[in-house]
Amino acid sequence: MSTGTTKLDVVVSDVVPVNDLVTRFHFRRRDGELLPTFSGGAHVVVEMRDGDRTRLNPYSLMGSPLDTREYTISIRRDDVGRGGSLFMHRQVKPGLEMVISYPVNLFSLDLRAKKHLMLAGGIGITPFMAQTSQLAAAGGNFELHYTCRTASLGTYADVLQQRYGNRVRLYHDDREERIDLERLLSSQPLGTHLYVCGPAGMINWVRDRAASLGWPPETVHFEHFAAPQPGAPFDVTLAVSDKTIRVGEQQSLLEAIEAAGVDPPYLCRGGVCGQCETNVISFDGKFIHNDHWLSEEDHRSGCKIMPCVSRFEGKSLVLER
Amino acid sequence: MTAKTIISRPVYGTLSPQPGKHHLFIADAEGALAITDMAGKAPPGFFDGAEIVFIPGGKHIAALEALKPMQLHIAPSFASLLPRLKQMLTNAHMGLRLYLAGTEGLIGQAMQVALEAGIDHTSIETEHRGSLARRMQCVHCKGITENVTTQPATCSHCGLLLLVRDHYSRRLAAFQGVCINAEDRSESPPIEEAFP
Repeated sequence: MSTGTTKLDVVVSDVVPVNDLVTRFHFRRRDGELLPTFSGGAHVVVEMRDGDRTRLNPYSLMGSPLDTREYTISIRRDDVGRGGSLFMHRQVKPGLEMVISYPVNLFSLDLRAKKHLMLAGGIGITPFMAQTSQLAAAGGNFELHYTCRTASLGTYADVLQQRYGNRVRLYHDDREERIDLERLLSSQPLGTHLYVCGPAGMINWVRDRAASLGWPPETVHFEHFAAPQPGAPFDVTLAVSDKTIRVGEQQSLLEAIEAAGVDPPYLCRGGVCGQCETNVISFDGKFIHNDHWLSEEDHRSGCKIMPCVSRFEGKSLVLER
Repeated sequence: MTAKTIISRPVYGTLSPQPGKHHLFIADAEGALAITDMAGKAPPGFFDGAEIVFIPGGKHIAALEALKPMQLHIAPSFASLLPRLKQMLTNAHMGLRLYLAGTEGLIGQAMQVALEAGIDHTSIETEHRGSLARRMQCVHCKGITENVTTQPATCSHCGLLLLVRDHYSRRLAAFQGVCINAEDRSESPPIEEAFP
């Protein structure tokens, strides 16, 4: 079961297409009460009941933390993914009753910062929608640099510019506009914290440059939910539960463990939080690690796996679960 | 080396060169030796972008000059250095790295200014060298007594006899001193040289 995440019974109160790829979903509590308080950067895990299959995907809350009458998330359609975003886009209509987790924040603002420098790429804009609302309400000092493919796919770029004017700077890939990262990072006042959310390549690029320019790790915050990747089916032995299971092509290892009736802890289901970290008892084959939690050393050791996003190829895998 | 007794008692490390665009060293007395020792591990040209502020004690100025830092500033005391330090940090950019070496009083007070400027204490390189003398706050009158070397110690403001605790405040840059004979002021426990 999900550690620390009690479930919320909600109803879809609105579904709003934002552009060709992104749709926004609004949730209210079925009992009409206010939803739990959250802070900018928090996410919820949405349960998608699709026939006899249940997917659990994390999405950042993008509404203002000052308004808990409803939660809003924005989902980019991924036509080659495992189907979670397609389910949301095609099946979810206003009035549908759904279950979501309590909000959890693994990407929170450090409010000791003198200034917040935010870098968003594509749909990575969503946590910053909530964080900018939170900071603006408290007179916080922030600056947002947002890279999108084209103006029409610049989700909420218009809203953000209208709200915050020149505190928001846009970069369009199709116009060859690029962040001058070296200059941006070198010109920030002491006490600035850096936040980056977007594709893995962008996060790695920003983290590497920041580290080499002398930004201490405590000042660099990032979030990238890895979606579980499909792959060849594989068999796993769960030593503690005394079960042998098969992980399907479109299934994550965590989902397969849950389908067998075993309830491991989880929180983000995106390789970030560390809750579902599992010890490997023995293996004969090769791990496909996709998480951002374990160290490179852990990955090489073959002693640990994050079942939410990582897979395995080979003859046998025995987990302490 | 200082041992960790309770969680607030600061533990210091060994200076090591960090990636960064500017390097600011603040040291007193034997703290200079922490800088010269670190210089052996620093990449070539490291001190071209470094500024050293030194409060003397002993004769280490020549050794610091030999490192050829971008700037070497000699200050007679921490108090005299304070306005300059605040000004420097106010105008500084991300990429500045801070290195503090010497007595606990110096490290603590420089860190206090750095925290106000928005530097996380875990981002600061520190190395303790020299005297173990403590900066102590009397929890009763709130006065701060510098260079406390004895246990117990007399508050230089209200005169109470204080047990110098390991309980440390980063915000105040001081150890906490608590009255040792509050029940019976005529009691006078032996005073020992505890922080030479």
